[in-house]
Amino acid sequence: MTFALFLQYLVAGVTYGAIYAIVAIGFGIVYNATGIINFAQGEFVMLGGMFAVTLQAYVPLPVAVLLAVLIVMGVGALVEILFIRWLDRPTVLRMIVITIGLSIGMRELALLVWGEGVRSLPYFTGDAVTALSVGDVHVSPQVLWVLGTVGVIVAFLLFFFGQTRLGRQMRACAANRDAARLCGIDARGMVTLSFVLAAGIGALAGCVVSPITYVQYDSGTNLAIKGFTVAVLGGLGNSAAALGGGLILGVIESLSILVLPAAYKDVVAIAILLAILVFRPAGIFGNAATARLQEHA
Amino acid sequence: MSRSRYAPLAVFAALIVLVQLVTGAAGKSQYLTQLTMAGYYALPIVGLTLLMGYAGQISIGHAGFFAIGGYLSGFLTTYNLHELSGHWWVRAAAWLRLLSAGQDAFGSPSLVVRAWPACIAALLVIALVAYLIGKPVLRLKGHFLAMATLGFGTIVYRLVLGSSLMGAADGISDVPAFHLLPGLAISGKAAVRVSNYYIAWGLVLITVLLLGNLIHSRVGRALRAIHGAEEAATASGIDIQEAKLKMFVLSAVLAALGGVLLTHYNGGIGPSEASILKSVRMVAMVAIGGMANLWGALIMGALLNFLSMRGSFGSYDDAVFGGILVLIMLFSPQGLLRADLARRVLGAVMRRRKEPVT
Repeated sequence: MTFALFLQYLVAGVTYGAIYAIVAIGFGIVYNATGIINFAQGEFVMLGGMFAVTLQAYVPLPVAVLLAVLIVMGVGALVEILFIRWLDRPTVLRMIVITIGLSIGMRELALLVWGEGVRSLPYFTGDAVTALSVGDVHVSPQVLWVLGTVGVIVAFLLFFFGQTRLGRQMRACAANRDAARLCGIDARGMVTLSFVLAAGIGALAGCVVSPITYVQYDSGTNLAIKGFTVAVLGGLGNSAAALGGGLILGVIESLSILVLPAAYKDVVAIAILLAILVFRPAGIFGNAATARLQEHA
Repeated sequence: MSRSRYAPLAVFAALIVLVQLVTGAAGKSQYLTQLTMAGYYALPIVGLTLLMGYAGQISIGHAGFFAIGGYLSGFLTTYNLHELSGHWWVRAAAWLRLLSAGQDAFGSPSLVVRAWPACIAALLVIALVAYLIGKPVLRLKGHFLAMATLGFGTIVYRLVLGSSLMGAADGISDVPAFHLLPGLAISGKAAVRVSNYYIAWGLVLITVLLLGNLIHSRVGRALRAIHGAEEAATASGIDIQEAKLKMFVLSAVLAALGGVLLTHYNGGIGPSEASILKSVRMVAMVAIGGMANLWGALIMGALLNFLSMRGSFGSYDDAVFGGILVLIMLFSPQGLLRADLARRVLGAVMRRRKEPVT
């Protein structure tokens, strides 16, 4: 294998990894607010891509992406209000089963609305063959769009949770819900907001990545498993660590093609998940959030 | 050995006979085909009820065990060893009467493993796989256990879909009938429809009888203690890891048995049997039956599987099961088949009627 080919796989791995990171961050936002791993997180990414592809036939691309993100944020809010909000101290088993049911429901609805076909948005800049070449390595501008968007999302979240009043209120609720409520914070509103936020970033990621990876009604489940792997790698609630974990997983998965048939790409990622769970249950970067997840669960 | 424990079994046996007689009298005996398949699908559900309801451990990968069982048995009973008949292990297997010689569809000589040894081999492999998977994975809890079993199921699906030896997307076909006893075979032929219906549901009945004994034994009480509070169970001297692992292996073997027999009944198996949606479907049936309720899971499972295979849900098939999961867990996490639910619904209706008066 040439070094250029190796770099080419590396770029592909980083692109996928960035999306896994976004799913992992979505898991973390909802988990910190509710103690729930939302198994339907991957479906938000799928819905974002699907809505944008449909809307793009009627409005310019940027508007389509914006509308798609807003619609999926609405879906996130609905999920929380209809299915999560009014449950009184649900067991973990119950929440797992409900969110799995929701994810099946969403993908089946997507199947009815959009069919089995594979869809994608047009490339944001240029087309499928446009490439920025550095020596022998060719990179599609869309890869830069993906990495740029993911970078902006992570930066935004760091700013949001660190500097804004709303973000701090959300963190307060995550740390101690009762105390936050006593301070006059609308704890229920914060939980809804966490779903809206997770849905929004998932949908945005789904839009920018769709020209490269395509989107299909059932792409969510796979993303959820990969995202969870990243969450276990990097920990829940730390966006920067999730980004690191995502890139590691994406690159390992991409390079696995060099030694294994491409059909087994997903097997590699899941085998990594199982191996981590078995040998390093506290995660590779072993932090408090993952440890807490274990206690809660 | 109270009488009440065996009364439901007798009712269940009577119900099995009654369904056969009614479908026969109504001239709808083709329904028995789907009912027989529902019987084989009921085996993993019964096993999962033990694991989820009694031991409190979730698994979203049991379709994986079901499929491995079916695939192994299907592969062994169709893979032609004739070319390899010079090897010592093939000759040894032939000498042990494990192989059956014949001719394939094109008239060339074929040499395949008999159904009995194939079935036993499949179940032993599953027991080993479940043990190896379960030992580390069952130490995990909640979300981690759910994701790990989901991951296992996905790996199985990807492997059977990606391997040409297992027929890739086409699966394995032309699986021969399973000759249980002389004159009694598991096969999809219309002539043996009635006997196959009784084989399937008779097996379910025996399984429930045996598991009923298990639930009321020391092991069963230990399981319920684990579900209630693991720390308290440990303090009472129960080895919870071992108890969970036993249940996991037992439920996996039951799932695999269903897979093996269904493969012989259908004459083949495809990768969709290993899909995550099948696993979720099993969880849905356990949930709607009421988690720790063997009879509930069995009856609701048989009903839903039958309706699903008759095509009653049309293209909404998977959506129906997703919807069931959400609705049951939202409104009635103890399942649908319980006495107090009817009373509560009735009570709510009555109260509403009275409201204008007060």
